[in-house]
Amino acid sequence: MSAHTKGSGGDGMKWVGRSIRRVEDPALLRGRGRFTGDLPATHWVRFVRSPNAAGKIKSISAPDGAVVITAADIKGVKKITPMLHKFEYRPVGQPILADGEVRFVGEAVVAVVAATEEEAEDIADLVEIDIEDAEALVDSRVAIAAGARQIHAEAPGNVILKGEVKSPGFDAVWASAAKIVKIDARSNRQNATPMEPRAAHAAYDAASGRVTLHCTTQMPHLMRTAIADCLGMPESDLRVIAPDVGGGFGQKMSLCTEYVLVTWLARHLKSSVGWTEDRRENLIASFHSRDQYVTLEGAFDKDAKLLALRADVLSNVGAYSCFPTTSGVEPLMAMAEMPGPYDFQHYQCLARGALTNTCTMAAYRGVSRPVITFTLERLMDKAAKAFAIDPVDIRRKNLITTFPYKSAMGLEYDEASYRETMEMAVEAINLPAFRARQQLARERGEYLGIGFATFSERTGYGSPAFAARGMAITPGWETVHVTVDPSGYVEARIGSSPHGQGLRTTLAQIIADEIGVPPDMIKIVHGDTETAPYGWGTFASRSLVISGGATLIASRKIRAKLLKIAEHMLEAAETDIVLADGKAKVAGTDREVSIAAMAREAYTQTHRFKGEIEPGLSESGTYDPPGTFSNACHVAIVRLDPETGHVKLERYLVAEDAGRIINPMIADGQVHGGVVQGIGNALLEEIIYDESGAILTANLADYMPPTAHEVPPIELHHMETPSTQSVTKAKGLGEGGTIGPPAAIVNAINDAMAPFDVEIDTIPATPQRIRALLRNAERAP
Amino acid sequence: MTDKTAITLNINGKDYAIEVEPRRTLADAIREDCGQTGTHIGCEHGVCGACTVIVDGAPVRSCLMFAAQADGKTIRTVEGLADGDRLHPMQQAFMDNHGLQCGFCTPGFLMLAVGVLEREPNISDEDLIDVLSSNLCRCTGYQNIIKSVRAAAQEMRK
Repeated sequence: MSAHTKGSGGDGMKWVGRSIRRVEDPALLRGRGRFTGDLPATHWVRFVRSPNAAGKIKSISAPDGAVVITAADIKGVKKITPMLHKFEYRPVGQPILADGEVRFVGEAVVAVVAATEEEAEDIADLVEIDIEDAEALVDSRVAIAAGARQIHAEAPGNVILKGEVKSPGFDAVWASAAKIVKIDARSNRQNATPMEPRAAHAAYDAASGRVTLHCTTQMPHLMRTAIADCLGMPESDLRVIAPDVGGGFGQKMSLCTEYVLVTWLARHLKSSVGWTEDRRENLIASFHSRDQYVTLEGAFDKDAKLLALRADVLSNVGAYSCFPTTSGVEPLMAMAEMPGPYDFQHYQCLARGALTNTCTMAAYRGVSRPVITFTLERLMDKAAKAFAIDPVDIRRKNLITTFPYKSAMGLEYDEASYRETMEMAVEAINLPAFRARQQLARERGEYLGIGFATFSERTGYGSPAFAARGMAITPGWETVHVTVDPSGYVEARIGSSPHGQGLRTTLAQIIADEIGVPPDMIKIVHGDTETAPYGWGTFASRSLVISGGATLIASRKIRAKLLKIAEHMLEAAETDIVLADGKAKVAGTDREVSIAAMAREAYTQTHRFKGEIEPGLSESGTYDPPGTFSNACHVAIVRLDPETGHVKLERYLVAEDAGRIINPMIADGQVHGGVVQGIGNALLEEIIYDESGAILTANLADYMPPTAHEVPPIELHHMETPSTQSVTKAKGLGEGGTIGPPAAIVNAINDAMAPFDVEIDTIPATPQRIRALLRNAERAP
Repeated sequence: MTDKTAITLNINGKDYAIEVEPRRTLADAIREDCGQTGTHIGCEHGVCGACTVIVDGAPVRSCLMFAAQADGKTIRTVEGLADGDRLHPMQQAFMDNHGLQCGFCTPGFLMLAVGVLEREPNISDEDLIDVLSSNLCRCTGYQNIIKSVRAAAQEMRK
């Protein structure tokens, strides 16, 4: 377990690196959080959703007098049509309400409006939609097969995009290999499942004609831009607020049709309109992810050194393309980052997105990396078996150890600790002792297994990385405005939009060190387009790196200005002045002035500066970094019951490196949460469609996110390799925890099943799937 | 719309005389009729436990109880845990041990844990995990929730 210092300052210690308590907590602990669903509204919306996966809408009927909105009522509202300018992308549009045709079970067809949620639900129950059922294409391989029905006129063959790369000289290297090892991996579909379902609340202001939209989003500014575009209204007439948001995990970064409609209704009714989805809607009709087939082949030389990798990624992107990332988010991430932490220079990849009659795919914590890491790490274990060496040894031969390193995809990896974190994990888990215990257990008919996963994770990347995908909307940079007010208190307005990550605390720590005031005098303002500068929100393990970097840049400017003011007020040379504990002091003397007095001076006594210092104490910083790579090694120890297929996680260990850690307590919390989502991914969670395109897992009892029961104590070990690609030296770690578990756990299951000579390459590795393999195994119990 | 019934909910020591439809859940009544929005609704299927409140001393899922069934009963919600400015030991432990991130499931976990520890102050570790596995959290991975509740249990036994 990692030990962290706790404290609350005043002793001249640096704030960065300390586990200070979160400023976010008191309100949330007292039930004083403000979530979108807490707001009262005059009108409530209930969506009537398609019960069919595909087909033409023949008729819609509603009870007399009911207020129902259909596609016919919102003809002027534009479809959501995300765009990529590369990879043979076919732009497909999503109507705000299904227009003449439905494409997945759960697609919103009718919006019922009433005075209460209950009334709206009662009326919705009486709305009838008659659909001429068409064949549902659920599986991506079926959807792209020759002759399959075309889901969108714009996308022949149901392929929405196709990326291909092949490094020069690939074929010759491939032909020279001593062994080719292959895996056909299957990742089933998941739902990010934030505990707060989606909600929107739009209120029209009659005096100004403006609308204020509260919604559960990770990116309020882009929601404003996109919704104003759809509705053909000036952005200045729309204010978007992300209040407290109850988890997002990527699901809340995409634009939902529902938010557009709720905003339209507020303008149409000139009133306030609320919508809170129920859990069933969230599970069937929000956004899904991770539904992929990946075939991966590795070419190894005679010493088990990886020479080349060949990948075929088929991502089921659902019925529409998500905004802003587009449905390229999974297949293109897979293509770019498949090479992972291994040293080889020859790579071939085909990555495709298949349109199907299922809920739209969007980002979910880790995006493709839990899947590609699972596939690549299974491949390494298979290769170890083929070469009859230990899984740790094959990684020792192949992990990158010199930096900077240019991957076969051309990505530049900054300094990292792939090998070191693995050795740290191997030592902490005591591998020889485990092998001995495993042997003894097998002799008693008990099956234990150990699995490793090593990976690199691209984090904190700015606009060049998104531009490389050809995105019409290219996120990346962040701006932060830091102001010291005349009372000496500090306010930082940020474009990021945290929703559980503790960014208000960690950014305050960064500012505190730079300008010498304690974090409790620093307020971070976010999540409101009226008060926060334009920014891209919180996703992709970016906020601490990019907003944190912008915060540092702005704070340094404030610091520089404070030093100038102190120079004036203390009549000392700038180089002799130290900023700490809320004061500027002249080193080696008792002369000092408080930051509050300097701030007051900066606004109210500017004539003293004789034009040498500009009035006020407010600075801006913008940061748009290239990206930095975090890394980790995860280890799982499992106990398999071959008679039931049940897997018990006995131990889970993470050795991770995310560069400089700002707040160890918060960093650990991010890893814990990620690992448990990864455990769900590995063993439990699955959105299951039947052949007709209906979802069989439409409540949490069936979808099965992990509970406290399924989770062992998670052991964390840290290394800190400061990033050269991040001004704070911090790397991102929001997603890392989620990436390792499917690989580590399924490798462990396969290790446990080794005596039966069967292998599982599908996630989640459920008892049913494991039993099916064991039943067919020759030596099955 | 069906006829409404007059009921009284006693929430955190205060009586709320309200009129509700028979089908109104306790969760909706607490949030919408009594304005106490600290109690959250995560699934309405009784699976996630975000809406857990304490009714007559026992933690219950307020989405699975009708408001009318709670007529005249004593209800405690997250808003009633702290004693003025002083946080309840459970709230303090969650803060000290980073037992929350987004905070949406937190009120449910707090009420579940307080409700159980008040009845069983010496609950075993194993039983405690059993109890905590009745609520879902998507942010913390439960590690620090378990740590927080163990710390609060010690404090509450003092």
